[in-house]
Amino acid sequence: MSPPGLQPPPRRPQRKQSTTADLRSFQRMMTHAVIRPLAAGDRLQARWIDGRPMRDVAAEFIKPNDRLTSFDRLEIYNRMYWFRLIGCFHDDNPALRALLGERRFERLARAYLAKYPSRSFTLRNLCSRLEQFVAEEPRWTAPRTAAARAIARFEWAQTVAFDEEARPALAPEAIAAVSPARLRVGLQPYLSLLTFDFVVDDYVIAIKRRSALRSEASNAVDSAGTGRGRRASARLRRGRIHLAVHRHTNRLYYKRLERAELKILAALGDGRPIAQAVAAGGPRVRPDQVRDWFANWMKLGWLCERK
Amino acid sequence: MPANRFNGQTDYGIGIGLRVPHYRHILEKKPVVDWFEIISENFMVDGGRPLEVLDRILEQYQVVQHGVSMYFGSADKPDRAHLRKLKTLVKRTKTPWLSDHLCWGSVDGTYTHDLLPMPYTFAAARRTAEKIRQIRDFLEVPICVENVSSYAEFHVSEMTEWEFLNEVVERADCGVLLDVNNIYVSAQNHGFNPYAYIDAIPAERVGQMHVAGHTKFEKYILDTHDHPVLDPVWKLYAHATRRCGVTATLLEWDDKIPSFDEVHDEALKANAFIDGAKRAPQAARTAKPSP
Repeated sequence: MSPPGLQPPPRRPQRKQSTTADLRSFQRMMTHAVIRPLAAGDRLQARWIDGRPMRDVAAEFIKPNDRLTSFDRLEIYNRMYWFRLIGCFHDDNPALRALLGERRFERLARAYLAKYPSRSFTLRNLCSRLEQFVAEEPRWTAPRTAAARAIARFEWAQTVAFDEEARPALAPEAIAAVSPARLRVGLQPYLSLLTFDFVVDDYVIAIKRRSALRSEASNAVDSAGTGRGRRASARLRRGRIHLAVHRHTNRLYYKRLERAELKILAALGDGRPIAQAVAAGGPRVRPDQVRDWFANWMKLGWLCERK
Repeated sequence: MPANRFNGQTDYGIGIGLRVPHYRHILEKKPVVDWFEIISENFMVDGGRPLEVLDRILEQYQVVQHGVSMYFGSADKPDRAHLRKLKTLVKRTKTPWLSDHLCWGSVDGTYTHDLLPMPYTFAAARRTAEKIRQIRDFLEVPICVENVSSYAEFHVSEMTEWEFLNEVVERADCGVLLDVNNIYVSAQNHGFNPYAYIDAIPAERVGQMHVAGHTKFEKYILDTHDHPVLDPVWKLYAHATRRCGVTATLLEWDDKIPSFDEVHDEALKANAFIDGAKRAPQAARTAKPSP
């Protein structure tokens, strides 16, 4: 079965290429071959999608040379693809890797990338569907699926916080000038509001020692393949927490929120007027709390105009 | 050619790639560097630290954009969202030219994030040239296409790699980013003469050159960008500069990245190889010496 969006390869590669459609057909063939999951020992699979020997299929469209067979040459690209993407998956999910351990994390990476190959020009978005995948296919993370989902969501929120758009923050006078019954505000696109049943922030802080700086690889190949990572010494404790994952002066932060605080922010993000959003916080919320929260959110620049 | 319409009539000298491990050194020490090449995709974001760093670099240095995911050779139409982000970055950096690879890497919206070799066919050349023209017209900046290193060749090909490069750049009327290391790597992997390749390219279209290190395995060479430049590549570079003139040159070092000074010193070794080209008369540049 083809991954979502990718059309099936042709039954046989064309012998002549005359049109753009021919070029596209050729590129489907090669793409299916390159992204085909690696076999044991990180080798190219011995069989093609239709069961034919891969050696025969590779020989139909790739030339051999005096040192390498067509199969060998295709295998170079197959391995480079997987090493590159698994390396990126490792870099983006250090806490999930620590939670699952090296072997299970590696299996999860390969299963995820087989089901959801990249649909973006940037590797930044590679793990955007990881939480969804963990929920869809719990066998890769069982019995820690709930924890794995939480960590995957938290790590994706960090990617968003790192480089998502920042809109001009609202000034206090902009809020004061309009009645709370009518005023609707937006939340910064880089801000994620999350509720967890695990104390993920303490866990991640314990694990993630390296800088959050991320960088796309260029066109170079990592000859070392995938690296080996460290195991976590921290334990992921159960406990309900509410978090804002955001950035301030271009540094990543996780901020604990009270439940009512998160509800009000979420209501603001949904486009409800300020007065209604505050009501969403519940009857126990005091006016002085609301004032302090708004002051803090303004200070952090979380509130902006609605788009 | 030192300055031509494919590099925005600039004469940029010797640059290096802007890489994360060097940010602090560059921002604090402000070393003298002719220019930096940035990977466009690293900065095609909507906010955060990448753009903050870029803006600080732009205050001090000349910057040229180099892409890794435009995939001129993919059969798919250019992605409009991708192009819009790229144009936003072009306006920010004011890059005098923009480069990406003569390759493909995506189909049906699925990305391999690799620089896959083209089938060297006339159909592919026509489609690739058409896309380069469309993209250049949208971005409103000169484009140079870079030859890639490759590990496979296809039965369907109808010409050599350099013939394909010529066919594309003539049809697209674009420039060439001549990656000398990639020529060497591909020559070793496919058994052609790298000097014949350089002698066949349209020298007047070369707007920039790349040099880099590679890794030799038992049966093939891999373009790893994790070593100093090897002697055969420097020799090829000297030959290329004699043929094309002294051109904006960049050292690529993308993995196992050493200190800034080590990378910069390696790049500056190019000076030793371009002195001969500076002294060579123009007539000599168009001659076709034997390797």
